[in-house]
Amino acid sequence: MTELAPILAQKSGPARELIAFAVGKQEFCIDVMAVREIRGWTPATVLPHSQPFVRGVINLRGAVLPIMDLAVRLGFPPAEAMGRHVIIVVQVGSQIVGLLVDAVSDILTVSDTEILSPPDVASDMAKRFVSGLLAMDGRMLSILSVESVLPEREDGDPQ
Amino acid sequence: MAASDMDALRQIFFQECEEQLSELEAGLLEIEGGSTDMEIVNAVFRAVHSVKGGAGAFALEDLVRFAHVFETVLDEVRKGRLAAAGQVVETLLRAADVLADLVRVARDGGDVDQSRIQAVSDELGSLSGTPAASAADEPEENLDDLGFMPVVVELPIFDEAPAPEEPAVLEYTISFKPHASLYANANEPIVLMRELQRLGEITVACDTQSIPLLGELDPEGAYLAWTINLKTTQSEEDVRGVFEFVDGDCDLTIAVNGEETGGPSDVDIEALLRSVREEAAEQAAQADAPIADAAPEQPDAIAAPSEPPAVAPKAEAAKSEKSGNEKSGGSEAAQPTIRVDLDRVDRLMNLVGELVINQAMLSQRLMEAGLARSTEVLSGLDEFEQLTRDIQEGVMAIRAQPVKSVFQRMPRLVREVAAATGKKVRLVTEGEGTEVDKTVIERLADPLTHMIRNAIDHGLEKPEVRVANGKREEGLVRLSATHRGGRIVIDIADDGAGINRPRVRSIAEEKGLIPTNAQLTDEETDNLIFLPGFSTASTISDISGRGVGMDVVKRSIQALGGRVSISSRPGEGSTFTLSLPLTLAVLYGMVVTVAGQTLVVPLTSIIETLKPKLSDVHAFGGEARVIELRNNFLPLIDVGRELGFRDQGADPGAGVAILVESEGGAQSALLVDGIQGQRQVVIKSLEANYGRVPGIAAATILGDGRVALILDVDAVVAGSRNGSLSAESALALAG
Repeated sequence: MTELAPILAQKSGPARELIAFAVGKQEFCIDVMAVREIRGWTPATVLPHSQPFVRGVINLRGAVLPIMDLAVRLGFPPAEAMGRHVIIVVQVGSQIVGLLVDAVSDILTVSDTEILSPPDVASDMAKRFVSGLLAMDGRMLSILSVESVLPEREDGDPQ
Repeated sequence: MAASDMDALRQIFFQECEEQLSELEAGLLEIEGGSTDMEIVNAVFRAVHSVKGGAGAFALEDLVRFAHVFETVLDEVRKGRLAAAGQVVETLLRAADVLADLVRVARDGGDVDQSRIQAVSDELGSLSGTPAASAADEPEENLDDLGFMPVVVELPIFDEAPAPEEPAVLEYTISFKPHASLYANANEPIVLMRELQRLGEITVACDTQSIPLLGELDPEGAYLAWTINLKTTQSEEDVRGVFEFVDGDCDLTIAVNGEETGGPSDVDIEALLRSVREEAAEQAAQADAPIADAAPEQPDAIAAPSEPPAVAPKAEAAKSEKSGNEKSGGSEAAQPTIRVDLDRVDRLMNLVGELVINQAMLSQRLMEAGLARSTEVLSGLDEFEQLTRDIQEGVMAIRAQPVKSVFQRMPRLVREVAAATGKKVRLVTEGEGTEVDKTVIERLADPLTHMIRNAIDHGLEKPEVRVANGKREEGLVRLSATHRGGRIVIDIADDGAGINRPRVRSIAEEKGLIPTNAQLTDEETDNLIFLPGFSTASTISDISGRGVGMDVVKRSIQALGGRVSISSRPGEGSTFTLSLPLTLAVLYGMVVTVAGQTLVVPLTSIIETLKPKLSDVHAFGGEARVIELRNNFLPLIDVGRELGFRDQGADPGAGVAILVESEGGAQSALLVDGIQGQRQVVIKSLEANYGRVPGIAAATILGDGRVALILDVDAVVAGSRNGSLSAESALALAG
């Protein structure tokens, strides 16, 4: 995959890197620039009265990191969190949040022209979270906009 | 000078202004308190002078103008021509307030109340004008005849401000030959001449004879000499004062060749003695003067010195640095200090927090691995723990600041509130040096302001009432701070009428805050004033009746992990006592288990813990339960259920009840599954990465490396009362 990158970049303008991961049986990706680190699953402390997709909080080297269960957030059945699950730590603005996913697959370098706009389907997920689609070797990857995945903050900015 | 350098200097200027202003106010208050120490007067003068000097360098016209008028009056006081007592001190204090406002506006922008400034500067003007009028019946026109100070005609007050005590015109011949060291010390002859020009009419002749040929000219040498003829009404002492800062760096002779036309001689022994005494003080004040005068206006009367102009900015920078040093070192015998960016301290604080957590984790791991049984490991661990604690205390000490910075704002507030309410008030502060975390200090200002307002507005009686009751006309408000048992205790006491309990009660009944037949102890009645929506003033004054009341005060103190209590005696006054933690970074808590989750309950809200007997627990209404405790029924709140950790109420017999006091002093019992122990925990914000969580105050990280939540006792109790916890979270969901 990676050896394709230079060719693609040459072919069609600026390239960007995306990190691809699996949630349930579907594949997604987010901009690699938003990703701070990837770490294994550790049990989270449950937050009372939180939205269902908020798994709780974990200790990330002294900081309190909220964990979003992407499966639940995207409308899939909740993941049975266990050792093989992975947390992608992303930063949006000053906020750092962990996204619980099934597995990280690879890093893709794509150009903007390869990104297709999502089709108009009656799926809440598609409308709210997916900013674009990517076709790769017969696979379909949905590009998530990280901002929209985060929980609405009580004290503030509506999305 | 680069713009960023200028910005940095500007920032330093404003920081120093803060220091000068607080020194100014402190000094004035001491004078008000009856101190006649000349040093204090000098310090006050210096403070205003420095502000003026700095403001001039940054072309802050309004500030310079006002500071100048202010300074003129202070100079009168300093010279003993104006007695600093009574009305005068009040005016000076008001002037200090205006000066502080002007500094703030210069820094943050915004508007100032011009009429207020005008009123105060008029008052100041009349003060500095008074001695002139009384000392001699010299008509004012005489001043104009002298061509007095053309620079300041735009200041209406200024014409009359430095009115001479003895309006005799003296003629001085000053010969002035700077040494190279004068330039090296960043002084400028032109500045001195401008200063002389302020005293009167001058004619300057420059002696260029000693300038060598270009080849022999040392660029840093001094070759010029001046002869200045000065006609002024000022004393020789004042003229000499201009040169005080360059004393020793020049050859200077000042000769009087005019005849005195009236008034006593000023070149008497007493004046000389005084000048010697003032010399030291003047020195520091004079140090700042050149900055002010280096402001762009160029008087055309003076021949510019043949100094290369490129030197000027450098010299100025050096000068401001120098005066800065003098200020920090010069004031008291203060210990050397450094300014540190607060962010850096906070970062260090965070790291230490992590160190504490790590240390706890390490000991726990070693325990689990059974290694801690070895004495060497054990003593190593102990030492590590001790070190960690020492470092933590050290960092907290860096953040700790004396409460002085908040207390200092109060005299002004008292003056304003006293003026607005027509009461006479004396504020006494004690324990200003008591230290507490900076964040606590910052968040203390508002509640304290409110409580002091309250003490004056509601606590103290009107002067005529006080006199009728055989009290001193002037009311007393005492603000004191002390350390007690790892907390800071702040008392706000007044010697007013005390809480009018029947009235408080009737208001509370009227507003439906308590049932009409409620049996209340005096203490409970007093605490009614903390209820939301309670306001005793029958007319809503704009001082303390702005819809927010003591309930807001209590809530903000509780948000800091503190408590408020009242003791009041009818006719003798009331005392409000605040007890606050020394830091917001750590908290002592009880670690408890609820539905498999570990929670921390802040110790400050816990009264006692008990094992409930099933026979004491009674169902009350639908699902609520109460517990009988010493003939009192308290609500028994199932924390697990309240936080949504479980649907079914826990078995009270199997758990532990924690008796807590929440907002308004109400007691309730929290039902938890078990108690793990008590410990100090490092507070971590949940809001940084997530948001507010109903029922939870913050988070912490325990020894096992897991996040534990810190319970917000007030919110849990309030939530159980009206189900607002879940309502709130529904709101959160709706986003």
